[in-house]
Amino acid sequence: MAMELMPISNGVAVSRKKVPHLSFRDFADQTIQMVSDGGKVVQFFAYPDEGGKVRLMTVLRKSGDLFAAGCDAPDVYPALSAEATCFHLFEREIAEQYGIRPDGHPWLKMVRYHANYRGVTDVFGNDYAEDIPGRYPYYTVSGEGVHEVAVGPVHAGVIEPGHFRFNCIGERVLNLEIQLGYQHRGIEPLLTTVDPKRLSAITENIAGDTTIGHSLCHAQAMEALMGLVPDDGAQTLRTLSLELERLANHVGDLGAISGDVAFLPPANYCGRMRGDFLNMTLLICGNRFGKGLVRAGGVRFSLTEDLRHELAGRLGELKPQVRHVLSLLMNTPSVRARLEDCGRVSFEDADNLGLVGPAGRACGHPYDVRRVFPTAGYTRLDIPEYSESTGDVWARVSVRCQEVLQSIGIVESLLETAVDTTPVHTLPKIGIAADSLVVTLNEAWRGEASHCILTDSAGRLLRYKIKDPSFHNWHGLSMALRNTGISDFPLNNKSHNLSYCGFDV
Amino acid sequence: MVESIALWVLALVSAPLFAGVILKVKAFFGGRKGSPVLIHYYTLQKLFRKGSVYSHSTTFMFRLGPVISLAVAATTLFFLPMAGHRPVISFNGDVIFVLYILGLSRFFTICAAMDTASPFEGMGAAREAYFPIICEASMFMILILFYRLTHLLSFDGYLSGENPLILWKTAGPILIFVVMSLFIILLTENSRVPVDDPATHLELTMIHEVMVLDHSGPDLGLIELGSVLKLFFYSAIIARLIFPFETGVLVLNLILFYTGILVVTTVIGVVESVMARYRMDRVPKFLLTAFSLAFFATIITLEFLR
Repeated sequence: MAMELMPISNGVAVSRKKVPHLSFRDFADQTIQMVSDGGKVVQFFAYPDEGGKVRLMTVLRKSGDLFAAGCDAPDVYPALSAEATCFHLFEREIAEQYGIRPDGHPWLKMVRYHANYRGVTDVFGNDYAEDIPGRYPYYTVSGEGVHEVAVGPVHAGVIEPGHFRFNCIGERVLNLEIQLGYQHRGIEPLLTTVDPKRLSAITENIAGDTTIGHSLCHAQAMEALMGLVPDDGAQTLRTLSLELERLANHVGDLGAISGDVAFLPPANYCGRMRGDFLNMTLLICGNRFGKGLVRAGGVRFSLTEDLRHELAGRLGELKPQVRHVLSLLMNTPSVRARLEDCGRVSFEDADNLGLVGPAGRACGHPYDVRRVFPTAGYTRLDIPEYSESTGDVWARVSVRCQEVLQSIGIVESLLETAVDTTPVHTLPKIGIAADSLVVTLNEAWRGEASHCILTDSAGRLLRYKIKDPSFHNWHGLSMALRNTGISDFPLNNKSHNLSYCGFDV
Repeated sequence: MVESIALWVLALVSAPLFAGVILKVKAFFGGRKGSPVLIHYYTLQKLFRKGSVYSHSTTFMFRLGPVISLAVAATTLFFLPMAGHRPVISFNGDVIFVLYILGLSRFFTICAAMDTASPFEGMGAAREAYFPIICEASMFMILILFYRLTHLLSFDGYLSGENPLILWKTAGPILIFVVMSLFIILLTENSRVPVDDPATHLELTMIHEVMVLDHSGPDLGLIELGSVLKLFFYSAIIARLIFPFETGVLVLNLILFYTGILVVTTVIGVVESVMARYRMDRVPKFLLTAFSLAFFATIITLEFLR
């Protein structure tokens, strides 16, 4: 082995010339080697290099370090998924986006149902004349007492569209197959063609509930490419808003879980408190989801002293309420009986699939981007290592409860000192570093969100790769449902609460 | 007789109120104002003004379900002594008749659900067919006990006039077991928490609600009315057992009776507020509690009534 994977840093641009370009054989051997040594995939995608050649690029993480390497993409290659499960969905995505066939892939099916970007023969043999992502021969089971339940893509509620196919025997689920793609908007190819000033507006709309998470990934990537350094105040405000986003979503979901088990008081109070947290974001930037807050180079709003005291006051009022409601939820025996041992995902499955965020931490994987690859204000914060071991709904709920309390602590401490920043309104007219690679990671509320930008020799965006944490975790939901009652699906679904649009991009 | 029919009409008219009481209690525990107590009257009015939508794949079975469930619910009230007053119809063995027409109603609701060929409704129907079997066993255990106490098989003989008081006098404290058992049966038969959740929007977890998903407009109205009557029926039985007094004055009896029902529905609201639903596979254990309570009550009487 002549060349090896190169260590890189979160949010630091490196010249693409320095990133090792391996032969496919070495590339496959080394990535599989690293993954079998406990490494995890952060990014793995194909891109058309200048000159029309399609290449593969991977970013792996292993015990606190990031590694990158690339290679030329063969048209057909022996699937890495055959060796390591965590490449499964990434390989399907590459096959769909660039028509590259992973031979021996355990389950080669489309991801988002669209024709590939190169216009070559479709790997899956699909006809995309009609846009119906669910038109596909699903996994089937047969026998006495076996039945299928199809749910979605049109749901009774206000949730996003996705198709769920349950193979059941009586009340027990044998297998759950999830087909998404109904919200595919083609954001990735769009980002490399638009005027750079539109980038931030598009990236913050990748997933509405993860606005801060994604806009932070984007801003940090652009800063790395443009050599911008946001001031301390901006870093604090970014951390603050990311934590508020986490709080609002966790509290909202905990309430919804309580509602799903028909335990009403926390459901109602959490619904109200979610609004209170969203309103704190509203005070900062004028809208409840943090849109238009984070921009490359800083943030668009400063935090006045009055506002800081107002926020601290509101948080002081909310804190005891949150504690009280969460303890009511966690300490009611009937709730605990309902959540425990429901939808268990084993440590090994979570490890193989590479689950991230609360879903991973519930299965005993304490990985947290804020601790392992800290950016923004997290470098100054001490994020404790924490995980649960049971991997059931109870563990996911416990992890999220813990994170709520922890986030309140973080926000409290950030609000203790004055936050002073010069608002940034427009993207400065600085050239983007040519021939570069940058990867950014942030712990969004669902887990590790990551953006990766490759630029060409003229300093234009060559490839923009987005990975929402849900990309890792949807298979975790499928695993949770194995041998679980079908009536427990809503509970498992809500305890994961994954993003459809973040996945579909 | 006229009075009996008047009381029956009063029951029909007042039944939707008590379902509203449950919602109000739940809203109170949830820190909300909640919908008005009369919400079910408004809902019924709204539904009966609407048109119906029928799937092309359904047959007359689908339309029959709601009519039969309402007819049965209204019929059961004919046999129920309201406020201790003689019921409209009564004969020896009417208890068994009533239990089986309730079964008939269930049969047609299940058929209507299966008729839609929806996998959701099929699942609901399977659960609906399973859980009440255990309830039926408990119900018959209670009947065996009551028969031993009164040597009668009619609601009139158990619940009219002084009869409930006589039940308490002969059986004593073990009747508390029966009340608890009946309450569990009430929760199950009326698809309340912790067995089912009438408020959920999640089809996969529903039992009764999922079976009526495809009904709309007046049909849904009939089902809703049928279910509030059913709730009234079970609440009234328990109300008579917890307030077994006979004052001799109809108005006082009525006040006592309706207070009893109010107490029962409030307790339902409290139960729904303070506990979560059971996991589907734990529901049979809960239902077997009702059976064991009734069973023990019967065993105890076997000894000391000799």
